[in-house]
Amino acid sequence: MTGIKEKIRLIQKNIQIPLGKEIKLMEVCGTHTMSIAANGIHSLLPEGIRLISGPGCPVCVTSQKDIESALILARKDNVLITTFGDMIRVPSGKDRLENYKNVHIVYSPMESLDLAMENPEKEVVFMGVGFETTAPLIASTITEADKRKIENFSTLCLHKTIPAALELILSSKDSEIDGLILPGHVSAVTGSAYYDFLQDQKTPGVITGFDGLNIMESIYLLTRMILESKTNILNNYTTVVNKKGNTDAMELLDIVFEPSDADWRGIGVIPGSGLKIRDQYKQFDALEKFPMDPLHIEEPKGCLCGLILMGKVTPPECRHFGTSCTPLRPVGPCMVSSEGTCAAWYKYGRGDKNSDR
Amino acid sequence: MTDNITMTHGSGGRQMHNLIHDHLISRLQNGILEKLDDSARLQNANTDRLAMTTDSYVVSPLFFKGGDIGRLCVCGTVNDLATSGAEASYLSLAFILEEGFPLDDLKKIIDSIAETAKEADVKIVTGDTKVVEKGKGDGIYINTCGIGFIPDGVNLSTYNGAPGDLIAVTGSIGNHETALMLARNLLKFDTSISSDAAPLNKKISRLLKLTKGIKTVKDPTRGGLASALSEIAEHSNCEIILQEDKIPVDKDVQAVCELAGLDPLFLANEGKYVIVCDPSSADAITQVFPKAEFIGEITDKQPKGRLLIETVSGGLRKIGMLETAQLPRIC
Amino acid sequence: MCLATPVRIVELGENPMVAVEKDGVNFTVSANLFPDVQIGDYVLVHAGFIIQKIDTREAQERIEMINELYRSEL
Repeated sequence: MTGIKEKIRLIQKNIQIPLGKEIKLMEVCGTHTMSIAANGIHSLLPEGIRLISGPGCPVCVTSQKDIESALILARKDNVLITTFGDMIRVPSGKDRLENYKNVHIVYSPMESLDLAMENPEKEVVFMGVGFETTAPLIASTITEADKRKIENFSTLCLHKTIPAALELILSSKDSEIDGLILPGHVSAVTGSAYYDFLQDQKTPGVITGFDGLNIMESIYLLTRMILESKTNILNNYTTVVNKKGNTDAMELLDIVFEPSDADWRGIGVIPGSGLKIRDQYKQFDALEKFPMDPLHIEEPKGCLCGLILMGKVTPPECRHFGTSCTPLRPVGPCMVSSEGTCAAWYKYGRGDKNSDR
Repeated sequence: MTDNITMTHGSGGRQMHNLIHDHLISRLQNGILEKLDDSARLQNANTDRLAMTTDSYVVSPLFFKGGDIGRLCVCGTVNDLATSGAEASYLSLAFILEEGFPLDDLKKIIDSIAETAKEADVKIVTGDTKVVEKGKGDGIYINTCGIGFIPDGVNLSTYNGAPGDLIAVTGSIGNHETALMLARNLLKFDTSISSDAAPLNKKISRLLKLTKGIKTVKDPTRGGLASALSEIAEHSNCEIILQEDKIPVDKDVQAVCELAGLDPLFLANEGKYVIVCDPSSADAITQVFPKAEFIGEITDKQPKGRLLIETVSGGLRKIGMLETAQLPRIC
Repeated sequence: MCLATPVRIVELGENPMVAVEKDGVNFTVSANLFPDVQIGDYVLVHAGFIIQKIDTREAQERIEMINELYRSEL
């Protein structure tokens, strides 16, 4: 039993769902959505399992208002914007960051500090998105800027945290999620104990890595736990996830940020699900430096992204999907991000177990 | 958002495909253009064996590991000619130069053109030079046009694939676009990855002399292997199925792809071909291209016209054309 | 929601930067969020920062249900 394909075939054989029963699993993390699609996992699962994509795609859940704020900054002559490549094509109205020459793609947020030092006459604004994995990096960049006394650097901080969003999804009246594929890299930072709150929700979860085998193993574990009515949280990514996580990173996160309300695109404001820069570091908060009143932009009519992010519908149930909404002309956020649910469905299809193959 | 030309219109993927279909072909079709093969086959009373192609080069930066705009403007055009089986004979060369462009750089580029033309055994026989005001160009743009003659008995096209045919790729993929991203400083990694830019016309000529079973030769440039094979599946109206674990990607290119969230299947190449052939031609391909891998086959399954891949996990997924050019990402 | 890649530490640079390598690709990352690293360690890197060490021990603790499944085929 050495080959990956052989192991997967064995798992496939052992995922057994009683006739007529449907099990719904949510992969919380957008990188899982991508990996599931890229590995063709859907084509390996029996009829009774439905995989539903959750809210863990930072690009997808960034609100139009927040994108609009970034665009307001990008239109200023004396500002250089830095951000991850993920963000620059996200549309707001007819505009997007890609249209501005003063927007720079960075691999690490630390590159923003070098840019700020090279351009003392400009303000460098880092547009930060992401969850618990990414937010400590921004905290570290902010404390480094503080140490180096860099005054022309600030961040537009759009980070979000996972627990409140998961609680909202699981506790909503018509939640039908039977089990959770929990994010591996968030957990590497937060530690597995971070999910203790899920015990109250009576939903089992498995912390999962990103290769096809690991994902299949976790699906097998979840189906067994669900059929045996177990509700514990297992860690199936022990190479990088332990109970405590990265305590240095979590401490720094707490030093720089405090919990705040956050606006999730397609879902709305979830109390306590965001991160705001604490007063002590407010000189690095772009919203303090550039008070803004971005236009309210309506969510497109008929777009089901909110329901898709909550796991209540799948992309083909949306009338825009694949017709008026494609990666070239995205209507909603789930098509914008390459790891968005709709983009993944569009790009990779849904596997072929129901067609002629 | 679609009223103006965007950068995506030039990325070699779906949007460029749509632009050509919706606006060019409708106005200019003539029985040849709309075939959309990389080179056109022309005829008069004496011959139908003349092939012609053209390409413009707007690469940034102008010099990068493994090549420069001069090498590209020869390779791209002779390689496009070779997709029809033509032996490249003559090239035209047109420069659009921006006021202020350093003469030393121009000399370096022309030297590179001369060297690559020699390597490809092709003559540059006519040309043009224009200069635009400072700020109205990006240093230098080059256009080349090539003509060549297709040997008797050779009939290559993206429309020729049939069930049972094998799909080969002549070497590892993704090197060119990765090298360019590194040269552009879009990725700040230190690697020895260099562009694969090379003229392959002589190798293709040799291959066509060795075997009669070659159906299609296509260079997976912008849009990568995925876009090239999607087009073949569509034109040949058949299903192509690839084996992910057979697709050659150099370790360092794979590492960059993992780090930056790129999919090598969609990265541009400038010195590789995908070849559709009868199984009897497999040995000849390996003889001419020792690093070639057989990565898939054409089936008789329905629905036709699609490209599938059996993944390393044993799952099956669909692949389409590139939608938008890839950027490094963290998610 | 987050791409992160295993890399090997090849040199400890000026604190907190360290040089890392993966299959011939070399770059520097910050160890500010995970300072306890040595040359030769395998670590997980996300957007230019080390976020966790990789446990490379052969005999990791695995979930018993998975072990059971793989044993069943022996």
